[in-house]
Amino acid sequence: MADAMLSLRHLCKSYGALTVTDDVTLTIPKGEFHAIIGPNGAGKTTLIHQISGLIPSGSGHVLLEGEDVTRLPLPLRVRQGLVRSFQITSILPGFSVLENVALAVQARIGTSFRFFGRAAAEERLNAPARAALDEVGLADRAETRAGLLSHGEKRQLELAIALAAEPKVLLLDEPLAGTGPEESAVLIALLQRLKGRITILLIEHDMEAVFALADRVSVLVYGRIIATGTPAEVRDNVDVRVAYLGEEVT
Amino acid sequence: MMIRREALPLLLFAFFALMPIAASFGPESYLLALVTRVMVFAIAAVSLDLILGYGALVSFGHAAFMGVGAYAVGILSSHGIKDTAIQLPVALAASAFFAVITGALSLRTKGVYFIMITLAFGQMAFFLAVSLAAYGGDDGMTLSGRSQLFGFDFIKRDRAFYYVTLVALIAAYALCRSLVVSRFGRVIRGARENPQRMAAIGFPLFHYQLAIYVIAGTLCGLAGFLMANQAEFVSPAYMTWQRSGELIVMVLLGGLGSLHGAILGAAAFLLLEEGLSGITEHWKLIFGPFLVLVVLFARGGLIGAVERLRGKGGA
Ligand SMILES: Nc1ncnc2c1ncn2[C@@H]1O[C@H](COP(=O)(O)OP(=O)(O)OP(=O)(O)O)[C@@H](O)[C@H]1O
Ligand SMILES: [Mg+2]
Repeated sequence: MADAMLSLRHLCKSYGALTVTDDVTLTIPKGEFHAIIGPNGAGKTTLIHQISGLIPSGSGHVLLEGEDVTRLPLPLRVRQGLVRSFQITSILPGFSVLENVALAVQARIGTSFRFFGRAAAEERLNAPARAALDEVGLADRAETRAGLLSHGEKRQLELAIALAAEPKVLLLDEPLAGTGPEESAVLIALLQRLKGRITILLIEHDMEAVFALADRVSVLVYGRIIATGTPAEVRDNVDVRVAYLGEEVT
Repeated sequence: MMIRREALPLLLFAFFALMPIAASFGPESYLLALVTRVMVFAIAAVSLDLILGYGALVSFGHAAFMGVGAYAVGILSSHGIKDTAIQLPVALAASAFFAVITGALSLRTKGVYFIMITLAFGQMAFFLAVSLAAYGGDDGMTLSGRSQLFGFDFIKRDRAFYYVTLVALIAAYALCRSLVVSRFGRVIRGARENPQRMAAIGFPLFHYQLAIYVIAGTLCGLAGFLMANQAEFVSPAYMTWQRSGELIVMVLLGGLGSLHGAILGAAAFLLLEEGLSGITEHWKLIFGPFLVLVVLFARGGLIGAVERLRGKGGA
């Protein structure tokens, strides 16, 4: 447990009478690629919101490298290295692709209380941004307005933004959602390359991708983790098959 | 491309710079006073454009900063302190202070609540001024003359004051122009597009928005300092909610988020008001519908219309 990168302790969240996150406890060691699967409405996105600090938790704790970040607001968690992407694409459509990523670099290095000098011309910000774009395969679109990208390219851009923040932990909420087969192959190859380098918590419906990428998989149903294990263990787990894969137990 | 985009503000400043020469052939003091007033309001409108156009924060209490700046001049000079070297820093500091307090509270709210709370703070400033019986209360007070600089009456002559105001406008414009493309300005513009994305990139937006609010309030305090000197009079009328509304209309009329649009908007607003009120006493019956039409049909304001024309006409 000494090398736990991200720990969730008894996390809960309710909306009125509806319990969306129900006593979630999970420890993810440094460098692990952990996937969370679960049916629609299981509370996966809500859990990411809680871990990232977008919404407050009802009770429980989030620990990053053993440090309690439960009370830290979203932007400050990002600065601690806890970075997320969104299920519904969230970019700055009026900015160039490069500027979208350069802003993430700007948040990470130096101060943004600088009132003179053209930010868009700062090589110190643009060079790391171009490197991140290169990594996701979007380098040739750097000068395009982000709003004009295809859906798949926007997903790539969101990953580039997240990478430019140099995360210790990357929380990915269905990065493959809505991408075509070619685009998702590019993204899966990218995730494969990131595996081991960064601790990753991935939410994904694409089972093939999940079982190929993840070191361990947790299954979330009605806000509870009903099983955690290697992909093989989870696939064979009876409860999972009943609750999630919808199979009859033979 | 760059040259064409910068052409309009340069044209505006050239017009302001040369106007007094033309005015000397006509009703000089009337024209100087009118255009000085235009430039003073242009500074206020440019400062509002920073938060309204670039920050997407609809402040309905911006005139209060003009009032704070103007009252700093009025109150100090009524105690015999007439030097700009003291008056101006006090006017700016008072506006900045008012902005820090009101901004820190208002920026905790969003949308229509932000509009309401800035309006409420504006009204508080207005009623505070009304209650200052020692400084004219309701009626305001007449200054015994314009501010001095190290003992010199440097803006006593209308033409000198005109050019001082023009320099202030150009300086304010240049400052804002630099600001909006800087690292800081990029954060503000990003927050306008997608605040959630900016937070998830790692920007605590409240800090940046408070900073831009204070910068805008302080600049508007400069406009207040000039306003008091232009009229040689200060009164609570400078900070009515109607005045705040007029500032918003100036920015919308000129075109949001371009800075020089705000200058054009202030000029169009005040010159139309002046022109129409000379023709008929029912000028508001013409002015009102005109504003509605511009907002409805010239999306992007006058700047938008100019750019569309240029887009159609040129290559
Ligand atoms: N702000 C909210 N107010 C009330 N209920 C909410 C709110 N946000 C989410 N919910 C409910 O919480 C449950 C879990 O939602 P969540 O979006 O976390 O599911 P999910 O597992 O991400 O689903 P999907 O696979 O469709 O993305 C749903 O029943 C949803 O209706
Ligand atoms: Mg979801």
